[in-house]
Amino acid sequence: MSKQTLEVGATIIISKPELNNLLKNLSDLDYELAGPQVKDHTVVLGPIESLAELPKGYTSQEEPGKYTLISTGKENYFDVTSGPQTWKKYFFPPRTQLMIFQQDPDKSPTWSMVSPVEELRRYALIGVRPCDLAGIQIQDKIFLADNNCDPIYRDRREGAFILAVNCTEPCGTCFCTSMGTGPKAEEGFDLALTEGKDHFLIEIGSEVGINILLDLDWKAADVKHQKAAEAALQAAREKINLNLPQPDNLETELLSNLEHPQWDDVAGRCLSCGSCTQVCPTCFCWDSTDKTLLPGDKIIRYRSWDSCFNPDYSYVSHGNTRPNTRSRYRQWLTHKFASWYEQYGSSGCVGCGRCITWCPGEINHLEEIAAIREGEPS
Amino acid sequence: MRKPRIAVHKFSSCDGCQLGILNLEDELLDLVGAVEIAYFLEATSKIQPGPYDVSLVEGSVSTPHELKRIKDIRKESGMLITIGTCATAGGIQALRNFTEPGQLAESVYDHPDYLDYLDLATPVSQHVKVDLEIWGCPVNKYQLLEAIIALLQQRKPNLPSHSVCLDCKRNSTVCVMVARGIPCVGPVTRTGCGALCPANGRGCYGCFGPAPQADLDAMIPLLNAVEEYPGQTVHLLRNFAGYAPDFRKAVDVMLEESSKK
Repeated sequence: MSKQTLEVGATIIISKPELNNLLKNLSDLDYELAGPQVKDHTVVLGPIESLAELPKGYTSQEEPGKYTLISTGKENYFDVTSGPQTWKKYFFPPRTQLMIFQQDPDKSPTWSMVSPVEELRRYALIGVRPCDLAGIQIQDKIFLADNNCDPIYRDRREGAFILAVNCTEPCGTCFCTSMGTGPKAEEGFDLALTEGKDHFLIEIGSEVGINILLDLDWKAADVKHQKAAEAALQAAREKINLNLPQPDNLETELLSNLEHPQWDDVAGRCLSCGSCTQVCPTCFCWDSTDKTLLPGDKIIRYRSWDSCFNPDYSYVSHGNTRPNTRSRYRQWLTHKFASWYEQYGSSGCVGCGRCITWCPGEINHLEEIAAIREGEPS
Repeated sequence: MRKPRIAVHKFSSCDGCQLGILNLEDELLDLVGAVEIAYFLEATSKIQPGPYDVSLVEGSVSTPHELKRIKDIRKESGMLITIGTCATAGGIQALRNFTEPGQLAESVYDHPDYLDYLDLATPVSQHVKVDLEIWGCPVNKYQLLEAIIALLQQRKPNLPSHSVCLDCKRNSTVCVMVARGIPCVGPVTRTGCGALCPANGRGCYGCFGPAPQADLDAMIPLLNAVEEYPGQTVHLLRNFAGYAPDFRKAVDVMLEESSKK
């Protein structure tokens, strides 16, 4: 049954050009629009103003360590899945100032500490894939915890608008179906869009989403359109080749195989470069460093993305707690797929496949998991 | 408090790393306010004798004269810091270590008999104790500044050693190896440059030398698979930091294996 009013849970359709008016409405409300666009032989996330910047007519061919952008000539704007970048850069910036320490010129050696003043930025994220939406929800648990809230993340996240896009063209390294995160967005969006041949089907997820639609030329989605969208999503599910069976079992299956010889095997192929962690929508490790300025009366403390694959990351007094690639790879994989459950109540993986595509070492982590979870070879 | 006396010494090199100090345009006045530049021929002809609290050494040890001089400098320096890949790992000059130096000299000079050189061009650390090594061809001037400020504040300098990949990702630079199949040594190269080459659409050629966690055994098959011409992997690794032990040994093994075939 189609609903005739704009309300949360209702589904409407608009023509493709009408999405420009939707984007304009967001701009008029002072959102900074960010969306996918073709750049540097892939799709990156950056400022957009209109449909014209979106990756229309592209798809991607992806396998471990290889990404190829392919022109399809189709009129679809959202056929290409995510590139190497994730939305986390908007809420958890790769580099940011945490504090500024300034020596008081009159009362030396007294120091004062101030938080850097940052203009509040409200982002509208356009084209968030369901897996990435799940990634944002996982990072919310980390950075918005009641007892441990990160103000930098909170300030950027709270005002953000999310336009999700359901996936009808998954790529070769996608496995959202295994992780239960896609190809359809279920919650956590303001609007969720499914692209049809000549229209967008939009599911309304919030009151803010309704406000954006008020003056658009929309109509209620009829059964035909809804069925077509569901058929496209079902086809997408069937196109996904990678499979991680029963991820919930990994907590015990990985942690009970910490001495499996496969850890040595993968350590011989892993470059310990950290790329997998940087392209992961949920990895959140960071480092803080002090930059001292001459003549010595000012210090700026920076926070930057770090990685458990960086030997410096696990360096403590008297040495490195994870001194080799085997220990670092094992840490990453067991945290992401096993100990994350105890820490945050879910897997740390959303099945986006970036860690596979963007591994210069061409490692398919699902194959490693498959070998390890089987237990010690006899 | 007395200002630390700093000396900047040149060995076999192009002067590019010393210029890094002079290129600290915004910070230079504060820097010379905080330290006393006692010896720096690139900047001033006013020479003050040692001892020096800190000696910054650029270039590799390539001649008998340089071999004597580095030992003298060590004796009159409280702390000795190598600046750049030449001083730290032999650099460009050390490429001649992979050739027959006599033939090389004859092909370049009309009168090679005027030359007085050592058989090998070598890093400073092969001859004297080095307190801190700063990599790069040239060095990142901000790493140099950080080292000097850390000395002034008597703390460990913040000179990260992770791979270039981490910086590419922090900078939103797309991986040239994955997206374009361009050979890139970034995964095994020490950070410090700010990931300049991939940001300009080319592969890293390892001028900051091998990262401490570099696994060349894992990297070489991946580079071989995307070579744009046969032998490119050898050229990439036997380059600015080619005499650094990790890169050198990896290429030695590669060449030995290919000679067996």
